[in-house]
Amino acid sequence: MQELMKAKAQEMLSNGSVTRVLAWKKGDFETNPEPAFFTKHVDDMVYNQYCATNLSNFMVGVEKEEGKTLVFLKPCDTFSFNQLLKENRISRDKAYIIGVGCEGVKVIDEMQETGALLEKCNVCTKIKHMVYDELIGEDVTRRVTDDPLTRFKDIEAIEKMDAGERFAFWQGEFSKCIRCNACRNACPPCGCKKCVFDNDNYDTAQKANVTTFEEQMFHIIRAYHVAGRCTDCGECTRVCPQDIPLHLLNRKFIKDINALYGEFQAGADIETLGPLTDFNIDQDAEPSIVYDRG
Amino acid sequence: MKRIGVFVCHCGTNIAATVDVVKVVEAAKLEPGVVHAAEYPYLCSEAGQNMIIKAVDEFGLTGVVVSACSPRMHETTFRKAAAKAGLNPFMVEISNIREQCSWIHKDSKDGTEKSIILTRAAIAKVHLNEPLHPGESKVTKRALVIGGGIAGIQTALDIAEAGFPVDIVESTPSIGGKMAQLDKTFPTLDCSACILTPKMVDAAAHENITLHTYSEIEKVEGFVGDFTITIRKKARYVDMKNCTGCGLCYEKCPVKKAPSEFEQGLIKRTAIYTPFAQAVPNVPVIDKTQCIKLKTGKCGLCEKVCTPKAIVFDQQDELITEKYGAVIIATGYDQISLEKFGEYSYNSPDVITGLEFERLTNAAGPTGGDLIRLSDKKKPRSVTFIQCIGSRDTSKRGKPYCSKICCMYTAKHAMLIRDKYPQIEVNVFYIDVRTPGKNFDEFYRRSAEEYGVNYIKGQVGKIIDQGEFLTLQSVDMLGGKRMDLQTDLVVLATAIEPVKSVRIIASMLTASIDTNNFMTEAHPKLKPVESPTAGVFLSGVCQGPKDIPETVAQAGATAAKVIGLLVKDKLMTNPCTAESNEKFCNGCSACTKVCPYGAIAYDDGIVHVNKALCQGCGACAVTCPSGAMDLQGFSNRQLMAEVDAICR
Repeated sequence: MQELMKAKAQEMLSNGSVTRVLAWKKGDFETNPEPAFFTKHVDDMVYNQYCATNLSNFMVGVEKEEGKTLVFLKPCDTFSFNQLLKENRISRDKAYIIGVGCEGVKVIDEMQETGALLEKCNVCTKIKHMVYDELIGEDVTRRVTDDPLTRFKDIEAIEKMDAGERFAFWQGEFSKCIRCNACRNACPPCGCKKCVFDNDNYDTAQKANVTTFEEQMFHIIRAYHVAGRCTDCGECTRVCPQDIPLHLLNRKFIKDINALYGEFQAGADIETLGPLTDFNIDQDAEPSIVYDRG
Repeated sequence: MKRIGVFVCHCGTNIAATVDVVKVVEAAKLEPGVVHAAEYPYLCSEAGQNMIIKAVDEFGLTGVVVSACSPRMHETTFRKAAAKAGLNPFMVEISNIREQCSWIHKDSKDGTEKSIILTRAAIAKVHLNEPLHPGESKVTKRALVIGGGIAGIQTALDIAEAGFPVDIVESTPSIGGKMAQLDKTFPTLDCSACILTPKMVDAAAHENITLHTYSEIEKVEGFVGDFTITIRKKARYVDMKNCTGCGLCYEKCPVKKAPSEFEQGLIKRTAIYTPFAQAVPNVPVIDKTQCIKLKTGKCGLCEKVCTPKAIVFDQQDELITEKYGAVIIATGYDQISLEKFGEYSYNSPDVITGLEFERLTNAAGPTGGDLIRLSDKKKPRSVTFIQCIGSRDTSKRGKPYCSKICCMYTAKHAMLIRDKYPQIEVNVFYIDVRTPGKNFDEFYRRSAEEYGVNYIKGQVGKIIDQGEFLTLQSVDMLGGKRMDLQTDLVVLATAIEPVKSVRIIASMLTASIDTNNFMTEAHPKLKPVESPTAGVFLSGVCQGPKDIPETVAQAGATAAKVIGLLVKDKLMTNPCTAESNEKFCNGCSACTKVCPYGAIAYDDGIVHVNKALCQGCGACAVTCPSGAMDLQGFSNRQLMAEVDAICR
């Protein structure tokens, strides 16, 4: 599959149908390939079960550049691509998308394989590409779980905690945060030109400097900001050097949105209005319905 | 740092009885930037306003906080006072210590504490207030009345008489509404048609009135003074210009199975029809769900007999777009469905509603005014009326409110029967008889005392149709006994509710409705005919149950308010509009999707707010993920400052 991809990429670069290729290249170790743009040769390009990075987000960086970009997207990455498309942050006609099959991404610890797959892969239901120009090796993708609710098991466990336990749990997690901003940078919908935490127009920026507000609130506010837009791509948790399970916050929102507004998957298409930015007379204007929802 | 003055109002004892206003003043004095604080018994009085004006001058105030009643009550008053003193009116903030403190707290300590906190929040906000300047917008001198019943007709006539053009949009083929269906009207028993039809004709003939019958509102854009409204004129399949109203078409129409809406389904009508003889306009429509020609392509009899060639089978719906300065909702009511009231055996032909009785007793009705049982066409020996069917019903199946008209029309019905057929016994089951209104109680007493109508206090639990007669399992509460009353005909005083389509119309106009689907007034006492949405006015039962005299009076009041708006050449626009900071906007366009006024345009990666269209609702500001969108006068920083002040 990797060879097919490389051949296709080289062909498109050589005949000028794309200006650059966005893919993964060999890292210092076999287990840490990194995202990369190729403009001439694709010899270093790799594709294997260590290629974790959601490349959709890197499309934002080349949006204003000349020429078309060939990008390789795993099925789950295409949801992010759609979401970015919907928010006008990238344009469809500047990308040539090759959807690639995925057998799950392996967890690496100390540059060694642990034998496990990423948590998101264990509960993955996103086995189809939502947007693509062509597919390579798509049939290697397999459904890991038949129960789409599996991914909410961890959320239910936290919901069962009482308020004190829950507070202690999150305080414990958030206190590990070193504000490296990796989650913010890796997150596709987290796309403000100026983050509220860096914005003098808001008093949050000043507060963050002097109180524990930041460690408690940064991630919660971030989760609110991407609510209804998060595709559950899991990059936030994967890139966190402190192993904070940030995806749990987003997934709680997804669970609640599904319960309150009906099943919704951000990035499944680009037409459906987001549940939190949509208003429907029959479903949202009836006071009794809103009351019953709680 | 701003120089802020704080003024605390006693509102007589309204505030001062529960809130220690002196303590509020003392607390305000400790806040940063407050250079003056005072209290006064009635700040809204001339003397109170002068006190503020003097203080602005004396202390060089740059911001004013008034702790008093709701800003909906007197914000404008105090802003005007500030403007007189040379301040920008938007440097005034109101903290509501009456509705939100003194009126809801019994305990003085709690009321005072909350008043201090709210005042503190207003002070924190004023610190961030910036002068705002309202713009101007034009007024289109034309009104739209939605609904052509007596409410809509009267409102339109009054506005038209003042010299302004008015359009009436009516969904059925004729204007006239419910009043056209009624027989006599209480409390004078004059014939409904006799007093209504001249008004219908006046409306049609008035040079300032345009009728759009068989039409609906399709789309609303714009705002007070400048609405752009699209009206869908449903295909009538009859050319209104050519039709002479001769009626040959519906005489020849072979389809005779459609239930007549106007006759409450008591008889059938043809596929091409006019709802009633005095219809205005007197132009038939073809019911496309019934017409054989439109369904199968065969027939076309009406086309053949029509000498002026007015039948147009290929007519299409027509969309008309027009500009209006004001919109009047006069959509009226329907009786509620009796589906959930199985115990009253409404499926029996001898159990009918009040409106059906109107048709049955009407000389122009299906029986020519002959009162008979619909099952066996026999004259009933006794008729029993049951009040409050679904009204004053706190269970979910009915309506919690009193429908208001039923006591009086039941007394009228009872009297009409006894007058025409003295041999028929008439009973009325009631909970209370409610007859407030001029000459109403006299009318009701006449029915009981002079016409010998039996009023029985109590309710009917179940109606059993026995074929020959009906058995009413009921209770006489004053007699203290259960009884099985046998009667031949039952009339249910069915609750009324706003027409279902009012929800859609209200949503299009962004006018609010209450939990019973009645339109909400801007203020129940002081602005009873205005909706809270500027430029939208209310007339008739859409606002609450009312009888004909009240409806006509309200229609006149509504017209006066509309005329007051239309005579203006320009309106001041609200300067509290949204504004997008281009530096922060990342162009996701989420705001354009939530804006109910279509005021935000997306253009090449950035959004622009059209200040003339923006109504300052703030939906965009809360949706904007990057905080680029902000509402002037209610900026995120101002709101956060208030929250901080409250939480301090």
